[in-house]
Amino acid sequence: MDWQALLPVFILLTSLVTGVFIFALAEERHTARTVLNLAGAAAKVVLVGVAVWGAVEGFEFETRFAFLPGLELVLRVDTIALLFLALSAVLWLLTTIYAIGYLADSPNRSRFFGFFSLCVTATMGIALAGNMLTFFVFYELLTITTYPLVVHRQTKAAIAAGRTYLAYTLGGGVVLLLGVVWLQQVAGPVEFAAGGALDAVAAAHPVQLTIIFGLLMAGLGVKAALVPLHGWLPVAMVAPAPVSALLHAVAVVKAGAFGIIRVVHDLYGVELAAVLGVLMPLAVVAGITIVYGSVRALAQDDLKRRLAYSTVSQIAYITLATALVGPTATTAALAHLMHQGLMKITLFFCAGNLAEELGIHSVRAMDGMGRRMPLTMLAFTFASFGMIGVPPMAGFISKWYLGLGGLEAGQPWVILVVATSSLLNAAYFLPIVAAAWLRPYRGPDVTHEARPGVADGAGRRGLETSRWLLGPALVTAGLLVGAGLFAGLPFSPLELAALAAREIYGMP
Amino acid sequence: MIEPLLLVVMVPLTGAVAALLLRGRALTPVAAIATLATFGAAMALALQVTEAGPQTHAIGGWEAPLGIELRADGLSALMVLMTAAVASIVGFYARTYFRPGVGPDAAVGPSAWSEREAFWPLWLFLWGALNAMFVSADIFNIYVTLELVTLSGIALIVLGGGTDALAAGMRYLLAAYLGSIAYLLGVALLYAEFDSLGIVALGETTTGTPSVLVAVALMTAGLILKTALFPVHFWLPRAHANAPAPVSAALSALVVAGSFYVLLRIWFDVAPAVLTIEAAHVLGILGAAAILWGSLQAVRARRLKMLVAHSTVAQIGYWCLLVPLTAVAGATTGGNAAGWPAAADAWNGGIFLVLSHAFAKAAMFLAAGTVTITLGHDRVDDLRGLATRLPMTVLAFGAAGVSLIGLPPMGGFVAKFLLLDAAVATGQWFYAVVILGGGLLTAVYVFRVVSVAFGSADPAAPPPAAFARTPRVLEVAPLVLALVGLALGLGATLPLNLLGVGAPFPPLAGPGG
Repeated sequence: MDWQALLPVFILLTSLVTGVFIFALAEERHTARTVLNLAGAAAKVVLVGVAVWGAVEGFEFETRFAFLPGLELVLRVDTIALLFLALSAVLWLLTTIYAIGYLADSPNRSRFFGFFSLCVTATMGIALAGNMLTFFVFYELLTITTYPLVVHRQTKAAIAAGRTYLAYTLGGGVVLLLGVVWLQQVAGPVEFAAGGALDAVAAAHPVQLTIIFGLLMAGLGVKAALVPLHGWLPVAMVAPAPVSALLHAVAVVKAGAFGIIRVVHDLYGVELAAVLGVLMPLAVVAGITIVYGSVRALAQDDLKRRLAYSTVSQIAYITLATALVGPTATTAALAHLMHQGLMKITLFFCAGNLAEELGIHSVRAMDGMGRRMPLTMLAFTFASFGMIGVPPMAGFISKWYLGLGGLEAGQPWVILVVATSSLLNAAYFLPIVAAAWLRPYRGPDVTHEARPGVADGAGRRGLETSRWLLGPALVTAGLLVGAGLFAGLPFSPLELAALAAREIYGMP
Repeated sequence: MIEPLLLVVMVPLTGAVAALLLRGRALTPVAAIATLATFGAAMALALQVTEAGPQTHAIGGWEAPLGIELRADGLSALMVLMTAAVASIVGFYARTYFRPGVGPDAAVGPSAWSEREAFWPLWLFLWGALNAMFVSADIFNIYVTLELVTLSGIALIVLGGGTDALAAGMRYLLAAYLGSIAYLLGVALLYAEFDSLGIVALGETTTGTPSVLVAVALMTAGLILKTALFPVHFWLPRAHANAPAPVSAALSALVVAGSFYVLLRIWFDVAPAVLTIEAAHVLGILGAAAILWGSLQAVRARRLKMLVAHSTVAQIGYWCLLVPLTAVAGATTGGNAAGWPAAADAWNGGIFLVLSHAFAKAAMFLAAGTVTITLGHDRVDDLRGLATRLPMTVLAFGAAGVSLIGLPPMGGFVAKFLLLDAAVATGQWFYAVVILGGGLLTAVYVFRVVSVAFGSADPAAPPPAAFARTPRVLEVAPLVLALVGLALGLGATLPLNLLGVGAPFPPLAGPGG
């Protein structure tokens, strides 16, 4: 094998090998584990960097394994894969740093970080998958490896959440598998290709392809949390904060959304999907999900639950944009895939900081938080503004392109959905931000009391939490502002998304 | 050089005799040598069959119909290799399990043999008998090996003593003998009509005459009783749950697979003319019922070993789906993406399920044994905190369970993928639903255990009085078995190539070719 075939494998191995070694480490070897974790995550960022450089230079990265006679597992770096790889690699490094700080002195860390690494491996595999079979293998692997993270706290609530999570995701997996197998019967072992791969068989089997599309969407819709398949997501937020951050920003819900993009654009092709008439129902479901998620978020007092419903709504933006025909809408889908990740991970980091530092879980307890933990709240505020769509944050770019894309596709109602949702976003984020900055602090004394669970000298400065927890939140907040401010520069998420969209529509 | 075909039978039987005579200090080396040598012979046989096609050997140079003839095609070699791999790893576990002061170690019978001294001769004998079954070229020798397997199996079940084990062993004995008699009657009928017992010879001459029908019906009835297919599975759960852990593993992983193997030989090789679609559907529907019933019982089971044993009942039902899927697919021209006949997919999928089940189920029973030794009980609802106490064992149980559910990247996924492919290719939607739904049912009972194990240990509960440290081997062996299941998922092409040698539905050929 030459190095171009090895690169995708090594991208997987950096976390797979890390995970296996971490499982083997004794529980008390904290330093060794931290070094392994960070080395693995950093190596992955470097490798993904090489992949980006190579793609610019025109190299093709592809690996194939015989899985069954006549069926191959394909790992391939294409533009859409690069988007997801880059997002995952960077956010994973940051989440790893965050998790090391967050779980300091808690039990079962070898298990946690072992599965954490396997979870990255699965996500990277989803990004690299070059056909539906490979996608499915990693998609299900993600389900299994996330379960121990969801139940990590071992409380009754966590176990119950794990059960709900499995019931939804395994159920979805079964439906997806039926779709994958049936598709293979109808079309043979097709691989993803920009613009679609089913044109050859489309004319002969329109009805079967329509049903298969429904099966695939139902299977993917569970992880993408499309209403009415979203029930697991708000329950799963009992997991530790880094896990929630991961579930909501990079791994699980993103896997669903990414799968929807792959199926619509790289498997069916958006023109074929439009001919089959399957895009309109998908767009309507996504539109309903956007508004429903926002309305439910409004009613939640628990901060993480509010964020969870907000995820339901925000992920559906990606689905809605995917279901609209036209390069602008597709750009919006791909850009939001990254923007949402940056914004939501920042919010969950901040929520975790508040919970860890002050035990605050409720929206009502946010008064004066801006004075108590100014940097955390600054990050939170940026991310909130991004979610609402205030320029120049990343979220504004997504919404702008989505609205334009709706017009371009001849679906002006999309603008109404975006506007309604943005108003609702403002309604559930602004009160938090306002209370944090404008109301006086009413909580306990501002000096640090000794708390179990955080070692002294953990690098806390002033009123803030430890550097391990604060740093990642500030970095992601910086990234989400940067992604909006410098959206026009090469290698910005928007530019990469636009590049991928041009490939899909065969434009120069 | 002696042929591997002969060695896979003779080495374990010789080992059994040696173990019987040399009980005492030499027992461990004898067992180790016999295990390694048999494993080596099985590997050699698999290589030989892969490279040179089906092998035959007439013992002592006496050809059939006078002598005993051995024959191994891909399926035989694969079953021998599966048995070798499972038995080697389980034997490694048993060595520690039966060490004084680790497992339950009561004297058996008046001669006061230790369990360990009684285990090894019986174990090697069972192994040899199973191998003989897989390489027998005629249906009467298969009858003999069925009896040998039953005998050694029952002796192993009652090894631990105790009334539960004795009662379970007795039931097993009655069921197994009833099955044997039915099978033998079928053999006699066929011999009376065709003057022949050879599988290959019969396959060329049998037609759908009434006497063949009756013979096959009798043999089928006997074999499903021995395989414990619903609704004649009644003897299995208690027999498998009350045996010592290594024995449970071998019974569930290998012994029921042995009689299922014979069933396949009868239906597909001895009397293919009798295999009508209707008859095949009877097995398929019984299989579907077994999946439902076994899974429900597993969900309700109170003891971990009972749960795993009921899971075997369900999984046996899964194997039987092979029959209708292959039969219907053989009658159509549907093919998979690679141009394989759908019948080959169904056949390969079903056998691969037997294969991946063997490793998964052995892993689960050994894990259950480790739990019992560590905690002194195996009550499912009292396993809280197990993931912290025995992480490797919970991981092994979980990974094996994932293989049973049929999720990637485990071997069970390959099997279910192939079966589902055949079901969809030939439009058998009922079986597609059964295959997928059965996976979800499996998930319910597997994750029932895993989620309890992940719970926090009850601080009020008294600490387990049993052994402070679980021997490492008891944790490692189940994990190794589970990892073999993983290897099956990643490297499925190797065993599938072996299976293709002399298969009734060879790859890249027309159906039934």
